Amino acid sequence: MTPVIHEIMHAAANPLVPATADLIWSAVVFAILLVFFWFKVLPNFKKNIDARTEAIEGRLALAEKAQAEAAAKTANIEADQAAARQERAEIINAARAEAAQVSVEITEAAKLNAERMIETAKKQIEADTQSAVIALRAEVGSLALELASSVVQNNLKEDKSASAIVDGFLADLEKEGK
Amino acid sequence: MLSSLTLLSAVLKPVAEGDGGFEAPTINEFYPEVVAFGGTPYELNRIMLIRLLVTGLLILVFWLWSNRFRKSTETGQFVPGRFQMFGEMALNFVRKSIAHEQLGEKDGDRFLPLLTTIFFIVLGMNITGIIPGLNIAGTSVIGLPLILALAAYVTFIYAGVKKHGIGFFKNSLFPAGVPAAFYILVTPIEFLSTFILRPVTLALRLMMNMIAGHLLLVLCFSATQYFFFNSEGIFKTFGAGTFTFGFVFTLFEMLVAFLQAYVFTLLTTVYIQLSLADEH
Repeated sequence: MTPVIHEIMHAAANPLVPATADLIWSAVVFAILLVFFWFKVLPNFKKNIDARTEAIEGRLALAEKAQAEAAAKTANIEADQAAARQERAEIINAARAEAAQVSVEITEAAKLNAERMIETAKKQIEADTQSAVIALRAEVGSLALELASSVVQNNLKEDKSASAIVDGFLADLEKEGK
Repeated sequence: MLSSLTLLSAVLKPVAEGDGGFEAPTINEFYPEVVAFGGTPYELNRIMLIRLLVTGLLILVFWLWSNRFRKSTETGQFVPGRFQMFGEMALNFVRKSIAHEQLGEKDGDRFLPLLTTIFFIVLGMNITGIIPGLNIAGTSVIGLPLILALAAYVTFIYAGVKKHGIGFFKNSLFPAGVPAAFYILVTPIEFLSTFILRPVTLALRLMMNMIAGHLLLVLCFSATQYFFFNSEGIFKTFGAGTFTFGFVFTLFEMLVAFLQAYVFTLLTTVYIQLSLADEH
């Protein structure tokens, strides 16, 4: 482009008609910046954002895992506690049942014991009564023998007195009985 | 060859040079004198130098961020510092609020390089319009907006053809559900709006916003200069008013710089989305 043409174009000064230099420099500037943003800035930017998102998601996943583990632990502890409570209740129930059983047994035993003692006492009384009867019988027998012998002796001596002896004897018996 | 000092002084050349009488800014504001390679197709004026400066700064800042991202990935230190957080915010603005929002994650990431480049070029080049010493937007001459619009144009046609093949043009030009007779009317309109007006409006909207913003600021501040130093009596106080206007418009231009970057990127995304959509 000669300086003359250049002068003419500038004299016209139509803002809608681009000068060659204007177009060239604009294109250069645009091309440089397009390449720069396309291949340098935006890839780095995108990588950084993606990596950050990934890191955040990774950490969130870790946190979720930790939370799940804690929840599982809590559930385990609660299950253990429930089991312990159950066991305790069972032990207490068993102990109560046993206590009831024992008390029944003791009562039974005491009753049996008492019955046995009563039985023994009754037998003792019976035996005593028996022996007393036997002793009495023996005594009555000997007394009867004594009486009989004294009657026989007195009969032999005097009949009259025999009835008196019997009376006397009976009186004696009565006295002794009192 | 020119020394780097000459280049620097050309970049930092003040916009308004008071030489007595008041001169309203003209369209020649956008055709500053050539400072290097004069007469060649790659001649440099201060707007081109500003573009190169912005490109350098964008590369520097994003290089640092990029290295920070890489280091973070390699070391597994995923808690970002303040610097890194700011970089993520900037990149995520395009990625999430624009690309993913309109295109979904998969297609959004596919077209992300173009969208990110467009957004940060436009933002970086716009913002120089209010940076003291630079004072003109790199997007205020048609070349850059045109190249960006062309990139958007090629990309949305590529996206449509890749997905629907030749059916993309059929869908675009002969929208479904329209009676056949109406295609005489509808098809030219669709052709004009889709394949001509879209790139043209993208480029012009951006450039005209920057031109208007720059002219307003130059007008305000050169008037302030004139009132303060070249006028008499009560007119000097007018300078306070024009200065206030200039200050407010500077803040407004900050918003516009961001807004135009957002609009350009968003519209590019929407055009791609429309190309990918099954029904038009």
